[in-house]
Amino acid sequence: MSNTYFEILRAGINTTAQDEGRNHMYHLGITVSGAIDQRNYKLSNKLVNNSLSEVSIEFAYQGPLLKLKNGKINFSITGEVMFKIIRKTLKVEEGVCYKSYILEDEEQIDIISTKNTAYGYLSVSGGFKLEKIWNSYSINTKANIGPNNGKKYSSENKIFIKNSKSLTNKEFKINYNKISDNVIRVIKGTNFDYFSKKSQNSFFSDEFSVTKLADRMGIRLSGNKLENIVSTNIKSEGLIRGAIQVPADGNPIIMLSDHGTIGGYPKIGVVISADLDRVGQLTPGSIINFKEVSLEEAQNIFKAYTEDTDNYLNETN
Amino acid sequence: MIKNISNLGDAAVYCDFGLDISEKINLNVISYFNSLSKLVEEHKINGINNITPSYNKLIISFDLSITNYSKIRQIILDIRPDNEINNSHKKIKIPVCCEEEFGLDLSRLSDKTKLSKKKILELHLNKDYFCYMTGFIAGMPFLGDIDTNIRCDRLETPRVNVPKGSVGITEQFTNIYTFASPGGWNIIGNTPQKIFDPLNLAEPALIKPGDKVSFYQISKEEYQNWNE
Repeated sequence: MSNTYFEILRAGINTTAQDEGRNHMYHLGITVSGAIDQRNYKLSNKLVNNSLSEVSIEFAYQGPLLKLKNGKINFSITGEVMFKIIRKTLKVEEGVCYKSYILEDEEQIDIISTKNTAYGYLSVSGGFKLEKIWNSYSINTKANIGPNNGKKYSSENKIFIKNSKSLTNKEFKINYNKISDNVIRVIKGTNFDYFSKKSQNSFFSDEFSVTKLADRMGIRLSGNKLENIVSTNIKSEGLIRGAIQVPADGNPIIMLSDHGTIGGYPKIGVVISADLDRVGQLTPGSIINFKEVSLEEAQNIFKAYTEDTDNYLNETN
Repeated sequence: MIKNISNLGDAAVYCDFGLDISEKINLNVISYFNSLSKLVEEHKINGINNITPSYNKLIISFDLSITNYSKIRQIILDIRPDNEINNSHKKIKIPVCCEEEFGLDLSRLSDKTKLSKKKILELHLNKDYFCYMTGFIAGMPFLGDIDTNIRCDRLETPRVNVPKGSVGITEQFTNIYTFASPGGWNIIGNTPQKIFDPLNLAEPALIKPGDKVSFYQISKEEYQNWNE
């Protein structure tokens, strides 16, 4: 039986277990959760030869300092992350993202911080030994659902690792090119016509900045006030990842993975599926522009996004 | 019946049952929800992630790598929902403490409605409300309809953190914040009762669509000593 685990020497700001998300629960008010940046989550699993839907550790800004106990593993970190590996010899190695490593018993991974992005991912060969709740490993800290009693990891916790059959000395790498583009593509929302012509235009031409109110639930933006000429409330209805709500103060809010399942503010637009990873990675102070696309364009852009992801995934074969 | 079907972004279908809100329309939405859920459970449709019924809308989100808007739209058009009404609905009484520290918006509501705080509570408490839907946060019930004299809009800027257990009102509805959460409803009190229990995997939500819910007032002492 495997008794390998990470001792948490420092938990980091918001360290949780995440996977593809928890579906079929919106009608109970249980949101999808899951990794904010799905592509980077999948790539981290691929680098250690896991199934793409294996559970990973997601961290935000400052990550955890972890010490491996009772085992030897492969691990990988994806995103834009500064980290160090502290070897048994006390030699400190600078970590490189999108690359697989071997970690020996008693060695440490020090995830110092993300750079210009919010989230990063840590995967280990074989995955973490956690239990699914409602068919998902994702931790939803707002509703306390998922492994670790639905709470983010703290220094009192241990994160157990499954027995890995796929441990290898071979090194895997992906040459990842980050798209540093702050244009977010959007399909008009169901309440687009609630806004004045001027605000409809300014939504697609003005700049918006990401405020400090940005977390796994959503991102509040600020910019020129969007003027609602019909009603600043709608009858509460379902929400989805990427929906952009505008409350009466005229500042848009983009819904992310832990969003409320129902909302009562008009929806001016919805971020296209292919841009959700990028939106989720925005940090406070970032400046963005919205660009309108049609449904058909969005579907084509998604195909290209999927092909790009597949190309990255195939690099390790 | 569905008045219009459109896309909500590239990975969701938006079914609009009109602007009116009534138990009848809501039950029609729920019958579509039930029919679609059954097709998903029986693996007759692939790619659907979530189905969210609300007062007069039904939103179906899907995985764009498996299916697309026109396919899901056609499935919805082909559905003939049975409008069989489920009579297994419960009657639930919820304790609520409306002292100053819990009724965060009572003073403001009193100014706005020109009614005393006592009168506002009198109009809200001890009435049977219909549960239209649950959601926003896990297990939050959307109940209605409240007295016309105490109706009001949401806050202009939502609160960053509404305390767990808060009982809110907006428009013709009242709700309960099952967890601490951002939110824009006007808070009139707080309940010590557990409305959502994530450890109860089979039945986590105390209140379900179709149930009847009423509130009764308790003192601060009863609140502090509450034991389920």
